[in-house]
Amino acid sequence: MKALSQKRRHPLAAIALLLMGLLVTGGLYAVATTVNQAKASTTTFSASDTEEGGKLFAANCATCHGMGASGSKDGPSLVGVGAAAVDFQVGTGRMPMQMNGPQAMKKPVQFNDEQTHQLAAYVASLGPGPAIPAEDLTNGGGDAAAGGELFRTNCAMCHNAAAAGGALTRGKFAPALADVSGKHIYEAMATGPQNMPVFNDANITPEGKKDIITFLKQIETTGSPGGADLGSLGPVAEGLFVWVAGLGVIIAFTIWLTSRTS
Amino acid sequence: MGNHSDGSPNHSGTVATAGQNEVEKFQDPGIPPHRLRLADTDPKAAKRAERQVALLFGISVVGTLIFLVAYFAIDLGDDSSIATIRLQNALLGVGTAFAMLGIGTGIVHWAKALMPDHEVSEERHAIRYEEDRQAAVRIVDDIVEETGIKRRPLIRNTLLGAVALAPLPAVAIFGDLGPRPDDKLAHTMWAPQDGKRKRLTRDPDGTPIKASDVTIGSAFHVIPEGLNELEEGKLNEKAKSVVLLMRLDPASLNPSKGREEWGYNGIVAYSKICTHVGCPVALYEQQTHHLLCPCHQSTFDLTQECKVIFGPASRPLPQLPIAVDDEGYLVATSDFHEPVGPSYWERDEHERNINS
Repeated sequence: MKALSQKRRHPLAAIALLLMGLLVTGGLYAVATTVNQAKASTTTFSASDTEEGGKLFAANCATCHGMGASGSKDGPSLVGVGAAAVDFQVGTGRMPMQMNGPQAMKKPVQFNDEQTHQLAAYVASLGPGPAIPAEDLTNGGGDAAAGGELFRTNCAMCHNAAAAGGALTRGKFAPALADVSGKHIYEAMATGPQNMPVFNDANITPEGKKDIITFLKQIETTGSPGGADLGSLGPVAEGLFVWVAGLGVIIAFTIWLTSRTS
Repeated sequence: MGNHSDGSPNHSGTVATAGQNEVEKFQDPGIPPHRLRLADTDPKAAKRAERQVALLFGISVVGTLIFLVAYFAIDLGDDSSIATIRLQNALLGVGTAFAMLGIGTGIVHWAKALMPDHEVSEERHAIRYEEDRQAAVRIVDDIVEETGIKRRPLIRNTLLGAVALAPLPAVAIFGDLGPRPDDKLAHTMWAPQDGKRKRLTRDPDGTPIKASDVTIGSAFHVIPEGLNELEEGKLNEKAKSVVLLMRLDPASLNPSKGREEWGYNGIVAYSKICTHVGCPVALYEQQTHHLLCPCHQSTFDLTQECKVIFGPASRPLPQLPIAVDDEGYLVATSDFHEPVGPSYWERDEHERNINS
C-alpha cells in the first residue's frame, strides 16, 4: 500500500487509473449483457450462417418472399419477423408452403436443423425480431396452475380448453397442441404465425409462456381423470357417442324386453 | 243399368253392396293359440333358466361388492395420482352398472322365462251413458252432503282462506328472483369514476397495459381496472366488461364519423360478449381481422367496426372508446355507447338513454 501511495503522483498514474476504470466498466457491462442475452436467447449466429442462409433463402424462399425478403404479392416481407418465426415456420414444415390454401399446414420438415438455423440467421440479420427462446424457458419446470389460467384466458378459445384444437373461419383452424415441442409453442406465441395473434413479452411474460408450456406438457402426460376423453372435442364427440352407443343399448334392451322367450 | 255390358267392372250395384257389408263384418280372430316355452315343457330348461336368473342376481351382488371395495379400499388423498383417481372412477362406475343391470336383467329374464305367460283378455264393459252420469252426480252430491260444507260456513270460509293464502310463499320465492335488473345491463365498470378514467388491465392478473406493449398483430384479453378488487358481484361485472384489445395497421381501420377518436394508433378495443346470445367472442384471426364466435359461428370484421359478416348475430360488437393517459397506459374514455351483449326487452330504450 505504501508503495502504491508513493507512486500515485507518477505521470503515468492517471493513464493507468483510466485504463483500469475502462476495463472494469467494460468487463461488468459485458457480463451484464451476456446475462441478459442468455435469458433472451442462447442461439448465436456466425457470419457464415448468415451467408449460407442467404443462399438457401434465395434458392427456396425468394420466389414468394422476394429477394432480400422484402415481400411480394405472393408472400409477406420477412424483415423484422425474427429468428423465432423462421425456426417455427421452417422447423414445423409449414414453410416452404406446399400450395396455397386457407393456411399453411404442418408437414415433414424440408430443411435439416443446420439449414433451418442458417435460414434463421439470415432472416434475423435483416432486422430485429423475436429470438429463438432459451432452453430453460421451453422445457417445462414452471407453474402449471398459473400456466393453465393464462392458457384458459388467452389460448383456450381457439385451441380448446384441453388444447385439442378447433375450427376457425373459412377452412382455417387452430391446431391441436399435443406433441408440439415447447420451443415451437413458445415461438408461436412470440411471433403469431399466420392468423394467430401475437403474444409479445409485454402481454405474456417469458415466465408466463414457460408456465403455459409446463401446463400443456402436464395435461399431455397425465391424461383425463374422467376416463376416455373422446378427443376432448366436447359435445360433438360426446353426443355422437351417446347417440350411437347409448341409444343402441336402449334399443337392444327394448327388443329383448318385447321378444318372446323360446 | 243391369243389362249394359260396357266393360265397367261394377255392373251390378247389389253385388257390390253385399260385398262391402261382408267386409265390415270383421271376424274377431281371437287370441292366437298359446305356445308353450321350453321352460314350460322341459324341467331341465326350467332349471337352467332358474340358474341363469340366479347368476344375474349374483352379478349384481358382485357389482355392489366392487363398488364398496373401490370406495373404501382405494384411499384418495391430496397426493393421489391421476391413475388412481381414474381407477376408482372406473371401478365405481362398473360396480354400479353391474349392480343395477344384474337386478334388472335378472327380473326381466325371470318374468320372461319362468313366470306364467298365459294370454288374458279382459272384456271392455258396455258404455251406459245416462246411468253413469247420474251415478257420478250422486257421488258428488253425497260428498258435499257428508262433508257438511253447506251447514258449516266456518269450515268453508277458513278453508277458502287457507287455500287463497297457500300460494303466497311461491310469490315470495319467485319474487327473490328479482329485483328487476333495471338498467344494470346497460352499464359496465368502464364508466369513468369520479372523473378518473379506468385503465385497461390484463385478464387475469389485472396489470395495466401500455400502448407501446400492444404491437401490431397482438391480442390482449382485458378487464377493467379494479375488477379484481371487487368484494362482491365480481363475476357479474366481469361478464359485462370483458374486452378484446387488438392492434392492426391504422390504414386498415375504417372508423365511421364520430368514432375516429375511439382507437389509438390502430389499437382498438371491442366487447367480447357476442350480440347474439352472449358467448365470448375471442377467436381473433390477425391477418383476416375476423373475430369468430365459437358458439354459432357469428363472424365480425374488425376493419368494418366489427360488422357482422356471417352468422346469426344481428348487431356489431360494441366498441370501447380508448385513449392513452399521462403515463402511457391505455384508458377507457367512457363506457360503451350501447348495452353490451345479446338483446333484451328494454335494450332499445336503454340505448336511447345512453346516447341522449
